[in-house]
Amino acid sequence: MSTELTGAEIAVRCLQKEGVDYIFGYPGGAVLFIYDELFKQDKVKHVLVRHEQAAVHAADGYARSSNKVGVALVTSGPGVTNAVTGIATAYMDSIPLVIISGQVPTHAIGLDAFQEVDTVGITRPCVKHNFLVKDITELAATIKKAFYIASTGRPGPVLVDIPKDVSQQKTEFDYPASVTMRSYNPVTRGHAGQIRKAVQLILEAKRPMIYAGGGVILSDAAAQLTDLVRMLGFPCTNTLMGLGGYPATDKQFVGMLGMHGTYEANMAMQHCDVLVAVGARFDDRVIGNPKHFSNEDRKIIHIDIDPSSISKRVKVDIPIVGNVSDVLDELIKLIRARKEKPDRVALDAWWTQIDLWRARDCLKYDRASSIIKPQMVVEKLYEVTGGNAFITSDVGQHQMWAAQFYKFDLPRRWINSGGLGTMGFGLPAAMGVQFANPGEMVACVTGEASIQMCIQELSTCKQYNLPLKIINLNNRYMGMVRQWQQFFHGNRYAESYMDALPNFVKLAESYGHVGMQIDQPGDVESALQEAFKLKDRLVFMDFITDQTENVFPMVPGGKGLSEMILV
Amino acid sequence: MENEAGALSRVAGLFSSRGYNIESLTVAATEDPTLSRMTLVTAGSDDVVEQITKQLNKLIEVVKVVDLSEGDHIERELMLMKVRAVGKDRDEIKRMADIFRGRIIDVTDKSYTIELTGTGSKLDAFLEAMERGAILETVRTGASGIGRGERILKV
Repeated sequence: MSTELTGAEIAVRCLQKEGVDYIFGYPGGAVLFIYDELFKQDKVKHVLVRHEQAAVHAADGYARSSNKVGVALVTSGPGVTNAVTGIATAYMDSIPLVIISGQVPTHAIGLDAFQEVDTVGITRPCVKHNFLVKDITELAATIKKAFYIASTGRPGPVLVDIPKDVSQQKTEFDYPASVTMRSYNPVTRGHAGQIRKAVQLILEAKRPMIYAGGGVILSDAAAQLTDLVRMLGFPCTNTLMGLGGYPATDKQFVGMLGMHGTYEANMAMQHCDVLVAVGARFDDRVIGNPKHFSNEDRKIIHIDIDPSSISKRVKVDIPIVGNVSDVLDELIKLIRARKEKPDRVALDAWWTQIDLWRARDCLKYDRASSIIKPQMVVEKLYEVTGGNAFITSDVGQHQMWAAQFYKFDLPRRWINSGGLGTMGFGLPAAMGVQFANPGEMVACVTGEASIQMCIQELSTCKQYNLPLKIINLNNRYMGMVRQWQQFFHGNRYAESYMDALPNFVKLAESYGHVGMQIDQPGDVESALQEAFKLKDRLVFMDFITDQTENVFPMVPGGKGLSEMILV
Repeated sequence: MENEAGALSRVAGLFSSRGYNIESLTVAATEDPTLSRMTLVTAGSDDVVEQITKQLNKLIEVVKVVDLSEGDHIERELMLMKVRAVGKDRDEIKRMADIFRGRIIDVTDKSYTIELTGTGSKLDAFLEAMERGAILETVRTGASGIGRGERILKV
């Protein structure tokens, strides 16, 4: 006769069965039985954060850097509401997470019980799916479904809300080996006829462009994308979410595109005649004004696993719904089998044009400056780490400089909140990255405003000895807000000055870490070298940078891609 | 869609969060108690309707989405109307209900309650035809739709 397990035991056993090695969380009343079971085993290691938002960001960083499902555990009420920012961040960037939340006992639901919120209701718009488990016999199957839904199709966060009494009740444990759901059957392979049409269009292109986004990273298709681009000799750009999907040091890479993309990438995007969009979604920060984008005549092939991403903002000619990796495999096979090759003459002329745009040197900045330029810090970071670090970022100017100046050759190395733009993401995400990649260099490029949004996690880093390197580009402003105020609000810097900053060196030290302040350009490289030599210590590097530096190029909101403001 | 708690709110939430308009919505369990069928009336350009269809299909609990207006279909809506019916108006209202093939299903010495089924525009026409001041109360279900002839929506 099989023994009965409590809901809490079942939850933990499910995590073990899913091969979860780390779970990020914060205890509280409604999850006490689950914590009790975590305590009794050592397969699933729990990481105690200092705020639930950080638990979800850490699980997110773990997932992004490892292609495994990230798992977070939070209690009911404020535990959940604190987690919402993290969940929405993961949702916007399609990151596979399972969030387990405690809920008040089933008999208390709806009675405004202590620490009760309508978790399923609050999180509904920012999860791929969520469940409230009211019946313990459905718990194991629900957790199985949660992992399945989170990691298949277009990935996303899935929340499982477990009332306290359900975690206490007992039933037989049977973890299903597989799941089938009649209402959820994500496609993988693209339509063969559509792929054939795409091949024809690609081979006829005179001014082709390959535009690859986060879908390439999520489906682990960087190798296929690189094959395809090199085989065709086409230019390739990556979105902010797609960086590392194509090697940034390759000559066919024209840089990131979009609001702060390179001149050459944006111009090529605007003026190409055949555009191959791979796992990207033509969002407002990428193509600017869709009307302006449609002024130029071009044919668009769009590969995406989510049909609703296709023809949402821009009408496409050849939609291919499928897993990017599978579709690219098929596409490469068909192109190889064809006798025709891309039009070399037209392609040469196109590259000549692109090189002219490149010669504009749109990322130039004053390298002789006597004040530290933030771009220079990122360039030195790239050199000192040999381009091999995992880089997380927060949101704002520093994020754009990191994206522009750290040349990502590998996927899953660039970890940032692209869709939601969550300040406070960088540090907790870096913790998750370090747990998923022990022994690797992990740096968080941040600013003095963003870092303060989750600074409490310095304590978590101490507890688990995470040797992160925090690159704080301190310009004493919310830099991106200040930049917009300078450009569009008549230099009125409303509330964007960061006053009363802490002494970050002492702050880091008080948490038991190493703090450094660097205010001379000549010291940047040596300081970075010194920091990365401290392999087992977290080093908080406070770089005092130019307050007036702006991110260029810039496509102002509502403008077209070719209407950039340049330095 | 799956006949589960919360499925309806996912659909309703999708419409409000993406700024789509719900003109009417009806839902009830089908002959298979694990499934519910919903008829939702919305308006928008072809592009918007395409997006709505795609977004609905993404909801995990939605099993199948069909745009009934793409082909021949039948739609029916039920309206219950309570009207003031006194004196000579009683005959006139009865005649009007007959013309629209409505039925009087509840009677008092001062009122009639009329049941009327048809397309939304037929119900609108009946509302127009009735004297505004006589109408005490109306309640409409919103349209339920089904394909015409062999056209079947089956899971």
